[in-house]
Amino acid sequence: MKMNGARIMLECLKKEGVDTVFGYPGGTVINIYDELFSFKEIRHILPRHEQAGTHAADGYARATGKVGVAIATSGPGATNTVTAIATAYMDSIPMVIVTGQVPTALIGNDAFQEVDIIGITRPCTKHSFLIRDVKDIATIMKKAFYIARTGRPGPVLVDFPKDIQVAMGEFSYPDSVEIRSYKPTVEGHPRQVEKACKMILEARRPVLYVGGGVVLGDASEQLTVLARKLGVPVTTTLMGLGSFPGDDPLSLGMLGMHGAYCANMAMTHSDLIIAVGSRFDDRVTGKLATFAPHAKIIHVDVDPTSIKKNVRVDLPIVGDVKDVLAQMIKFTEKMMDKTAEFVAAMEPWHQEISAWKDKHPISYKSSTTTIKPQFVIQKLRELCDENAIISTDVGQHQMWTAQFFKFNSPRTLLTSGGLGTMGYGLPAAMGAQAAFPGRQVITICGDGGVQMNIQEMATLVQNRLPVKIVILNNNFLGMVRQWQELFFDKRYSQTCMELPIDYIKLADAYGAKGFLATKPDEVEKVIKQGFAEKGPVIMEFKIAREEKVLPMVPAGASLNEMVLNA
Amino acid sequence: MQHTISVMVENEFGVLSRVASLFSGRGFNIDSLSVAPTNEEGLSRMTIVTRGDDKILEQINKQLNKLIDVLKVIDFTDGSGIEREMALIKVTAEDESRAEVLRIVDIFRAKIIDVTPKSYTIEATGNPLKIDAILDLLRPLGLKELVRTGSVTIGRGAKGWKG
Repeated sequence: MKMNGARIMLECLKKEGVDTVFGYPGGTVINIYDELFSFKEIRHILPRHEQAGTHAADGYARATGKVGVAIATSGPGATNTVTAIATAYMDSIPMVIVTGQVPTALIGNDAFQEVDIIGITRPCTKHSFLIRDVKDIATIMKKAFYIARTGRPGPVLVDFPKDIQVAMGEFSYPDSVEIRSYKPTVEGHPRQVEKACKMILEARRPVLYVGGGVVLGDASEQLTVLARKLGVPVTTTLMGLGSFPGDDPLSLGMLGMHGAYCANMAMTHSDLIIAVGSRFDDRVTGKLATFAPHAKIIHVDVDPTSIKKNVRVDLPIVGDVKDVLAQMIKFTEKMMDKTAEFVAAMEPWHQEISAWKDKHPISYKSSTTTIKPQFVIQKLRELCDENAIISTDVGQHQMWTAQFFKFNSPRTLLTSGGLGTMGYGLPAAMGAQAAFPGRQVITICGDGGVQMNIQEMATLVQNRLPVKIVILNNNFLGMVRQWQELFFDKRYSQTCMELPIDYIKLADAYGAKGFLATKPDEVEKVIKQGFAEKGPVIMEFKIAREEKVLPMVPAGASLNEMVLNA
Repeated sequence: MQHTISVMVENEFGVLSRVASLFSGRGFNIDSLSVAPTNEEGLSRMTIVTRGDDKILEQINKQLNKLIDVLKVIDFTDGSGIEREMALIKVTAEDESRAEVLRIVDIFRAKIIDVTPKSYTIEATGNPLKIDAILDLLRPLGLKELVRTGSVTIGRGAKGWKG
């Protein structure tokens, strides 16, 4: 059947099983929107800013594991998506972003709302396509989705000129896709996996160091089975939180700059680090020269470029983490005797770790007069649904959430780990809520970041997305203030948000409810009120203004040089 | 250490800028880069001369392979490749220097491809060191203009790049 290019695009999305898209109309996508008007199979959510719409598609993707889809018009619409695309790229989130483009005849002419979005996003997309013929739409979309979700996932941008949207063509969606220059390795090399298992069974102080790859690769179950079977302690990165139950005795919590003392000590004293879907980011390793000085390193990752990028690796395994972990489980099962011996020999290591845990647990000084942010996080954890999805912004509240929330299952924490994008939390929660209307979705924000996409309150109310917005308000850009306190003689340059905002009135202005707690004994009540509301809610907590995130490894210091009290 | 890398790429829109921006974005060096279509339809071959230690070279190789349009990366560091470059050189040639230029051209088996009463334009081909050498000899005579293609490299032996 003949149809126009815009319609073909929608048919492609339908074929890919897309049920929700986040997009913003404009001159060069008006034909897509015209087709969408009568296209009932796809739900379209209109954000109030393209950045937020694209973050919402990212939140949708992180919560579901499916490819998130965002649409924006050419020029400013497209450039508004850039921060959100870079956010997704750094955290390897599968997305397809469709941008309108001026008609092909005008490309390069500085036409109205023309921008070279492919050029602008080249360093922050996994790949991009410019559609130049109506005949190519289906193949390009098939490739775009395939590239976005396979291998190390990532955002793919499709630039769609207006004249191709109106051109008529036949729609036929390819069943399979073959890209000869793109063949991600899935299966780990069996000999390497065998070697890895032998190294593990010979180790006496092993640590599983787990990153977002395990969440993205849906390998939590395999990881948990392997860790428990062997009794190997597990530390996760920020992105890996939830991939292993935070309340399991083997869990060391998060490692790195604001990681747990026991996790950083375990890394420093380990004789074997088994890195799975993690990439030795500078926030994790601290000073590279003194990182894990006694450890051999096994690195399992689907992306070969992650291996040996920052640290030396003794045994690389390129492959899908789920597949490799499953192979490891099988292999260790074959070596039951050796495994039992290994588990017994690790007893001193467990004792050492347990002493570190007891010496400096993640903790804070409680108060009866001011609200401690950590207390709010603990209360939220206590009162929220077991399968609640939490998103965060970036800064102190993000680290407190990571330290105190104890995530037990994957895809329940949505946070911008790599790029560190303020303004991410609220729209990401919006995307997750659109995917799971029946689940509790909470975004934990600071008063800085929440204002970066606060306009999305309107989208929440309009689309009946009952996101619970928690604002930990210290009237500061808290994390930068903390650095200024510790490293810049308390010169609080431009970090004090001097104008107090009435968030209750703000919620009201958007037609949502707002609740405020100023004292510790009001915290529980406000959370219960907020959770009881059917619609979107702001819960504001006036927290201790100069509370710090501790412990902390100062930038450039070694992991075992932690500031524990300051 | 200098490395010569051949990159087989799909002849897709923007592939050159993907490769170039990978190098600039990650702080890798490019000493020279040449690109043209191959005998196989839809496939182009780039030859990139770059520098770095083993760790950087490993990253360059992996990052290039990671680009969707890159089909194969061949690193010719171990002398397994034959490297050639062409240079077009416009040199001042008047009176007594005319004969000297011709002698140099002859020694290097280069060619004169354009002549005026005041100049010769020379085409020289060889490995980059040979080009450097002829330039060193011509420079004192008055180099007016120089174009180098950058290296192209092919593997030694009977096998093609596919093995």
